Amino acid sequence: MIVTMNSFDLATEKPKPSHFQPRLDELNIKEAWSAWNGYKFAEYYYEVEYEYFCVRNLCGTYDICPMQKYFISGADAERMLNRMVTRDVTKMKNGRVSYVLWCTDEGRLIDDGTIFRLGDEEFMLTCGSPSTAWLKKSCVGFDNLTIRDRSDDYAGLALQGPTSCAVLKKMGLTGIENAKPFTIHHFDFGGKPLMVSRTGFTGDLGYELWIDAEHAVEMWDALYAAGQDYGIHPFGEQATNMLRLEAGFIMPGYEFNEALKTVHFEFDQTPFELNLGWMVDFKKPHFNGRSALVEEARRGPKYTLTKLDIEGNKPADGSFIYNSKRCTTDIGYVTSAMWSPVVKSNIALAMIETPYLNGELWAEINYEKELRQFHKVARCKIQDAPFWSPERARLTPPSDF
Amino acid sequence: MNHYDAVIIGAGHNGLTNAAYLAKAGLDVLVVEKNDYIGGAAVSRELHEGWVYSSCSYVCSMMRQSLHRDLDLSRHGLMLVPYLGTINFADNGDTLSSYHSEEAAYNELKRISRHDADAMFRLQADLTRYSQVIRKTLLRTPPDPASFKPRDIHELLFLAKEFWSLGEKELYEYIRFFTLSAADFLDEYFETDIVKTSMAGAGIIGTALGVYSPGSSYILLHHVMGDVDGSIGAWGLARGGMGAISEAIASALKSYGGEIRTNAGVERVLVKGGKATGVVLENGDIISADIVVSNLDARRTFTKIMEKDDLPPGIYEKAQNYKIRGSSGKVNIALSGLPKFTNVPDNPYVNRGGQAFSGSMETMERAYDCWKRGTWSDDPFIESVIPSAWDPTVAPPGMHWMSNFIQYCPPELADGPWTPEKRDQFGQTVIDKIERYSPGFKDLIVHMEVRTPWEIEQEVGLTEGNIFQGELTIDQLLFNRPFPGFAQYRMPIKNMYMCGSSTHPGGGVSSACGANAAREILMDLRRPNTVPQDDCYDE
Ligand SMILES: Cc1cc2nc3c(=O)[nH]c(=O)nc-3n(C[C@H](O)[C@H](O)[C@H](O)COP(=O)(O)OP(=O)(O)OC[C@H]3O[C@@H](n4cnc5c(N)ncnc54)[C@H](O)[C@@H]3O)c2cc1C
Repeated sequence: MIVTMNSFDLATEKPKPSHFQPRLDELNIKEAWSAWNGYKFAEYYYEVEYEYFCVRNLCGTYDICPMQKYFISGADAERMLNRMVTRDVTKMKNGRVSYVLWCTDEGRLIDDGTIFRLGDEEFMLTCGSPSTAWLKKSCVGFDNLTIRDRSDDYAGLALQGPTSCAVLKKMGLTGIENAKPFTIHHFDFGGKPLMVSRTGFTGDLGYELWIDAEHAVEMWDALYAAGQDYGIHPFGEQATNMLRLEAGFIMPGYEFNEALKTVHFEFDQTPFELNLGWMVDFKKPHFNGRSALVEEARRGPKYTLTKLDIEGNKPADGSFIYNSKRCTTDIGYVTSAMWSPVVKSNIALAMIETPYLNGELWAEINYEKELRQFHKVARCKIQDAPFWSPERARLTPPSDF
Repeated sequence: MNHYDAVIIGAGHNGLTNAAYLAKAGLDVLVVEKNDYIGGAAVSRELHEGWVYSSCSYVCSMMRQSLHRDLDLSRHGLMLVPYLGTINFADNGDTLSSYHSEEAAYNELKRISRHDADAMFRLQADLTRYSQVIRKTLLRTPPDPASFKPRDIHELLFLAKEFWSLGEKELYEYIRFFTLSAADFLDEYFETDIVKTSMAGAGIIGTALGVYSPGSSYILLHHVMGDVDGSIGAWGLARGGMGAISEAIASALKSYGGEIRTNAGVERVLVKGGKATGVVLENGDIISADIVVSNLDARRTFTKIMEKDDLPPGIYEKAQNYKIRGSSGKVNIALSGLPKFTNVPDNPYVNRGGQAFSGSMETMERAYDCWKRGTWSDDPFIESVIPSAWDPTVAPPGMHWMSNFIQYCPPELADGPWTPEKRDQFGQTVIDKIERYSPGFKDLIVHMEVRTPWEIEQEVGLTEGNIFQGELTIDQLLFNRPFPGFAQYRMPIKNMYMCGSSTHPGGGVSSACGANAAREILMDLRRPNTVPQDDCYDE
């Protein structure tokens, strides 16, 4: 008997299709797939830089179906979330979105995500990694709430870039131009509820569209029909990584190692180390990790995530940072780095031992030229503002391009 | 105030760059521009409501990265976006698309010729090698080979070292390369006419040479040595049109305290005792300045805005003989939709790039023959790009504008000067040719701007409409640009400098001429140098 691979049942080995899969398959002409949370997920569709520029110059869509989406509702929902995350959820108005962090008792970052306040007693929490177990733990003591994990049946699609508002207007979302950053709006999409938030992960003008999974493709088609004349194009993980770095946003697996998955002592990070101290609200009542964070705020973080503008053009991927050109004592390491085509700078995020921030900073950069390895030492300048922060990302109403 | 540390004549992108660097170094600078808008040949103009044309230059790759970064032009609103490949249209109806993605480009070449598909790798490697040497000279002042000053000797050694690093064989090849025609050069690589043709266009753009004329291979190199974010040979579009480049530099200039005055054409440079002391404007205003910098081409500077008697003997004649022949036209067209081309797949990645209506080597040469006879070809070489397919700011949604650069177009016709009727006939020839490859094209036309060398000279002040402010032939390159002995931005009159494309490294939107000139001025003033000398991509 001849055994071929065809005779096996390999279905379980395959990544799950996204709710937009029929359309993604047509557009991923380079077949560049990876996976995220078990879902098939595009590294890129045509070319990384092309997609990156679609977002900076026109508009692009990013499949966020694999993100985790938890609907938390009930009289205790607000209190539960408020105890879990470091920001003050009680200050959130209905119809608003807030970027949040949650920590272990030791004040180490578990994950970041967004809370959508859909009503007095109704929230949606989104995050990159499955969090059912932690959410359950966080509910201890709160009986009056339910958590519905809609990760697998609620579709999300980010639409980002300067023409994104024009596209949504063309799609018929009347009044969308009045949506302010971090607000939520509800539309009737042929009888189905469509939720749109002015949020995103690119630092640019942009929105996220949320709809029940069974209508995902229909919504996609309406969006792409409207976007035809506005340069709409899908972008994948690699372009996203460039865009978020320019915006100065952190990414798990780069800037932070999720605390619950960390093996080595303090190889995870705190909000202060990630330069997100502004997101820790000590004025609100007790929350997870509070006392550890109070202590850290007093003492100062061991490391500080720092934005660097590095001389030359060779990306400082994986570089050590030193306090002198001689490179004798290393004082930190680069977490993400790239040449930024729109800013025209060699940018990086780096974890640097806090006491050294006021001194000189040098990166030792390795690079390759036709298989030969080279290295150079480049001066780094600290940058306070995000590398990319166009006015249109904040304007309401935004312009059409 | 009518006295400045420096007055710059002309708000072309080089004049603005020069002024920005002088202002950044703390000088009080004024730029005076004859037009009521700035930018010279790097300009965006709305001539028909809703459409913004890049009236002259249309694509960007020479812009020096380190200047962009150093002047923080992104923060001043500049975004350069790479565009995708170009489709070449042959006389016999065949097409060759230079696809953006490597595998598609290779397969397309293979469709035409397996030999040429392989040879393309060698051509690209050779061109990149040649480019890298030239690129290193772009932000440096050419040494004076007859001088014994330490700096000149140092710079000569720098050049020698760069050339020697190629190895002996390649060095000979390189020297030979400068004297070759584009056709001879390409013959060494390719078998098929369409592949050669697709590369040869770059060898004639803007120059009064043909594909078979010696020297056109350097022009080819000049057009592929630029880059977009380090990918050498790639071209990009400036979001908002080429004027966005000039506007960003102007914004940087203003942030350093510099001033720009438009509608302020210069009538004469004032010279006293062999020293420049300022300028007189066409309206009679006098502006005195310690330093005068001209952004105009060398012919114009010495023969139009200076008194012959103020110049040392021989300079006027040199300027008269400076080769600055007009050879190009430009037709800007507003379209109600995206044109469709025959024999091209309906592929947005291809349709969003450029088009080259090159025909064949023979057709390009015949077009040159017409130029020599003082007429235009009814089958000209047209290089087109549709910026609106990429740039949402330059045409209404769903509508487009197409930039068409035409080689050749004579500065004067055999039967007399240009007239509006003849200009329109020239424009008609261009759209007739495009219509042959895109049936229905003419029905899409909403508005059209036709520019012959005459219009270009009248508006931009480029003598004869020569796009480079002077031919890029070896007798006018590097330490020979614009003339031997005057290649270091200083003019034969004290306190006077040149900063336009007539100086090294020549034409194109690069900002290098303006920046290099600023470095020399600051050196003469004994101020610290603030101008980058190298480009960060050339390590
Ligand atoms: C049709 C065309 C297409 C081109 N395409 C490209 C391209 O795609 N890519 C590219 O890189 N390059 C291209 N070029 C070349 C490039 O645009 C030029 O080399 C470059 O812009 C020249 O810049 P400049 O600052 O040196 O001089 P200019 O742009 O010539 O600036 C000179 C300035 O001086 C002003 N002036 C003239 N006389 C006076 C006076 N008496 N008083 C005051 N002001 C005066 C003029 O109005 C002008 O603003 C093109 C050029 C043309 C004409």
